[in-house]
Amino acid sequence: MTPLQNPASNPLIKVESLCKIYSLDSGAAGNGNGNGNGNGNRNGTVNSQVLFDVSLSIHRGEFVAIMGHSGSGKSTLMNILGCLDTPTSGHYWLDGSDIASLSDDELACVRNRNIGFVFQGFNLLKRMTALDNVATPLLYAGVNRSDSRKRAQALLHQTGLGKFAAYQPNQLSGGQQQRVAISRALVNNPQLILADEPTGNLDTQTSREIMEIFQQLNREHGITIVLVTHEDDIAACTGRLIRLQDGRVVHDAEVPA
Amino acid sequence: MSLLAIIGEALRALRLNRLRTGLTMLGMIIGVAAVVLMLAIGQGAQTMVNQAISSMGSNLLIVVPGATSSGALRSGSGAVQTLTMSDAQAIASLPSVKATAPLITGTAQLNYGANNWSTVVTGVTPDYFEVREWAAESGALFTEADVRSATRIAMLGQLTARNLFGDEDPTGKMVRIKNSPFLIAGVLAVKGQSLDGRDQDDAVFIPITTGQRQIFGNQFPGTIRFLMAQAESAEMMEEAEAEMNQLLRQRHRVAEGMENDFTVRNMAALTAVATGAAKVMSIMLGAIASVSLLVGGIGIMNIMLVSVTERTREIGIRMAIGANRRAILLQFLLEALVICILGGLAGIAIGIGGAWAVSEAVGMVVVITFGTVVLAFAFASGVGIFFGFYPARKAAALKPVEALRYE
Repeated sequence: MTPLQNPASNPLIKVESLCKIYSLDSGAAGNGNGNGNGNGNRNGTVNSQVLFDVSLSIHRGEFVAIMGHSGSGKSTLMNILGCLDTPTSGHYWLDGSDIASLSDDELACVRNRNIGFVFQGFNLLKRMTALDNVATPLLYAGVNRSDSRKRAQALLHQTGLGKFAAYQPNQLSGGQQQRVAISRALVNNPQLILADEPTGNLDTQTSREIMEIFQQLNREHGITIVLVTHEDDIAACTGRLIRLQDGRVVHDAEVPA
Repeated sequence: MSLLAIIGEALRALRLNRLRTGLTMLGMIIGVAAVVLMLAIGQGAQTMVNQAISSMGSNLLIVVPGATSSGALRSGSGAVQTLTMSDAQAIASLPSVKATAPLITGTAQLNYGANNWSTVVTGVTPDYFEVREWAAESGALFTEADVRSATRIAMLGQLTARNLFGDEDPTGKMVRIKNSPFLIAGVLAVKGQSLDGRDQDDAVFIPITTGQRQIFGNQFPGTIRFLMAQAESAEMMEEAEAEMNQLLRQRHRVAEGMENDFTVRNMAALTAVATGAAKVMSIMLGAIASVSLLVGGIGIMNIMLVSVTERTREIGIRMAIGANRRAILLQFLLEALVICILGGLAGIAIGIGGAWAVSEAVGMVVVITFGTVVLAFAFASGVGIFFGFYPARKAAALKPVEALRYE
């Protein structure tokens, strides 16, 4: 059972007038996402707005790149799309469900079943084998250990890491770690993969290989992928480009093939 | 996520930090071991006191001659000999008194063959054995007829029998007490220590008349050293005490306003004090030991808090891939609980071992009951849940995005 069970006619992702304001203590205002328009108030906190009225729809099967300068709000948008963070105002429908209406546990379930995350820093669990890393989301989904290991092994095999199942992250190269992370993102058959600068820590050759995996997943399995990147050639591999600047969408168009 | 899987995760995390886990567990082990050991010693002391009390006989009152003070001349009880055999008989006929046992005592040398042993010789009537609830282990108790005819017959205590006869059965043999030959009627059962720590098996008993006439020669005829009286029941102790006081004042012609020339001691009061003291000691030892358990628990909380901070990013990752708050809470709670349960089990083992070592080394009586073990275990688990809950809740309350961003 997942909280999201809506007809396929809706867009997979729909956000409307999304705003995000961070309240920071004035002393700590320098870090985090505090690049927006700082508005000091009397009790010593600084409000900094990172997203201004962002509206967009992403349909099933799309492959979308989000670009923008550092501090343009793209990571914040990704966190909101990934149900890791909540908007200050505005609406977000994932597969037709209003995310604001879901409880913490339901959000955990959505992250578990509907969304796969791929991060720039891989974010694998340390001192845990590749196999266990991939199998962990299945454990949280309530699948028993032996079934989840079987499924994880199959996915590692699919991403070309069948031989490395027993390796721990620090024994693997960056590209291999990212493949483990992609396997983990795929393990629960999500409709959506959110990738936050997945090639940011990788060399050009490895980046290209990782992008090929994404393209294949999008093309052959119909998985919707939203990807944040700095690099134009990475964005060129996708089907649609959204550009953010100072928390606003300034460009949204198909990428010419 | 199933509970089993969460336990697996908790165990894995603990294995990754063996040294830290071990040191945290050590606090728990020491705490639980101390509790088990202290309870064992406390209960051992209680058991010893209870044994001493029950070995004395039940519902006992003791009458000793003399008062704690008498006019200008103050002398200790027993300094004068004012109690007689007829006093004992008169007290025995009181309605609240079941039986009385008059006693005379002295020390004498016993000889058998080449062996000799100096011990307390007590002159008694057969009622004495009834009042003390003391049976013969071999042979038979001497009888009222022996008392009437002042027969030279003796009952040996276990220790005396062993010292004089070794492995031989003394029944029917002759022993010399102060050079007079006595027939041994039998050996009494083991009685153990008295409340004041004397070994009650180091004794020999002869008919009171034989003692008066032949062993402790120069006494006023018919006087006795003291007497024991057994009340009909525990409820009648007070009544018996009052009746005896009244009867003896009358018999000894103590004038109105004069002090008694005897003292009646209610043993129930004494036993209540002794049991109370042992219980207090037991509780105090347990309380002191639980302080170390508390310290161990705080150690666990401390380490779990450090662990939560250290693993903030891991918590973020787990939340991103679908862990709900309950799963995170349980993972950290179970880590604390596993430390406590494993530490508790080890502590129980060490506590039992320590108790055994104490009893071997010092000869102290220690008692470990099933209840002690269950209590220690429950206490350890309770500490784990109590001190593990706050850090676990802290971990579960983290916001996914903030935890993920944590460096």
